[in-house]
Amino acid sequence: MTAHDDPCAHCEEMMQPYVDKVLSDEEMREAELHLDECDCCRRRYRFEESLRVYVRQVVSKEPMPAELKAKLAALRIQLD
Amino acid sequence: MAEAPPNAPGPDATRLATEARDRVRFEEEALALSDQVYRVARHLANSREEADDLVQETYARAFRSWRSYTPGTNLRAWLLRILTNLNIDRGRRKQRAPQMQPLEANDYYLYDKLAESDGGRSDEEKVVERLSQDDIVSALSEVPHDFRDVIVLVDIGDFSYQDAAQILGIPIGTVMSRLHRGRRVLKRELAETFGADAGNGADGEEST
Repeated sequence: MTAHDDPCAHCEEMMQPYVDKVLSDEEMREAELHLDECDCCRRRYRFEESLRVYVRQVVSKEPMPAELKAKLAALRIQLD
Repeated sequence: MAEAPPNAPGPDATRLATEARDRVRFEEEALALSDQVYRVARHLANSREEADDLVQETYARAFRSWRSYTPGTNLRAWLLRILTNLNIDRGRRKQRAPQMQPLEANDYYLYDKLAESDGGRSDEEKVVERLSQDDIVSALSEVPHDFRDVIVLVDIGDFSYQDAAQILGIPIGTVMSRLHRGRRVLKRELAETFGADAGNGADGEEST
């Protein structure tokens, strides 16, 4: 289960920009190419991506309290 | 003595009317973004109450200084800049710069722990779903502020590195390095939170 002792240094560098989708097209191809070959990095990248998406989804489930929304609207009417 | 017809609006009245219209438009656009602003505030602040206050203060200030917003620019970023400044002014900086604990060894810790807890049945895309909403909310709140700010803006608020840099008034390189480090801290906190309440056979005995 823990076959990921080799850190793949370059991959490590590219992971954040890859997950954040700020790599150039060429870098993106390079990263994908490596991911096709390296099981360890692929699992790691997929995990990072999924975690990112999941955190955002979960956190977005908590709605803004309705009273707060009403208070904000009231703020605007009170002005001048 | 201008000889304007009695009911025609003078130049002042026209100006006032235009200004009122611009102001209303600004207010409506700002209010339409309130859910998104709240979502970010909720995790920048330490509690719901603090987030509520922060959002109200932000809107009060925004409505007062609406003239300094340039129409056509990113209003959400403009609002969040007010919000993050208020948050910093509130003296939350009591917390010192985040201590640099060695995290390098922990990078797979969360993944391993999650995978282990379900006996390796789920793949890396499904395994994250073992984390509950509470796990995530409480782990986020444990991340030091400097790191949390960038995580919340980029990962939750969906801002670009550039926007986050502008909102926080820090260089883009700092955004990137804090993001990198902050995500690691978050993973460590998630692993700890998950271990603490999982109670599903994950033996939390081993260190690291």
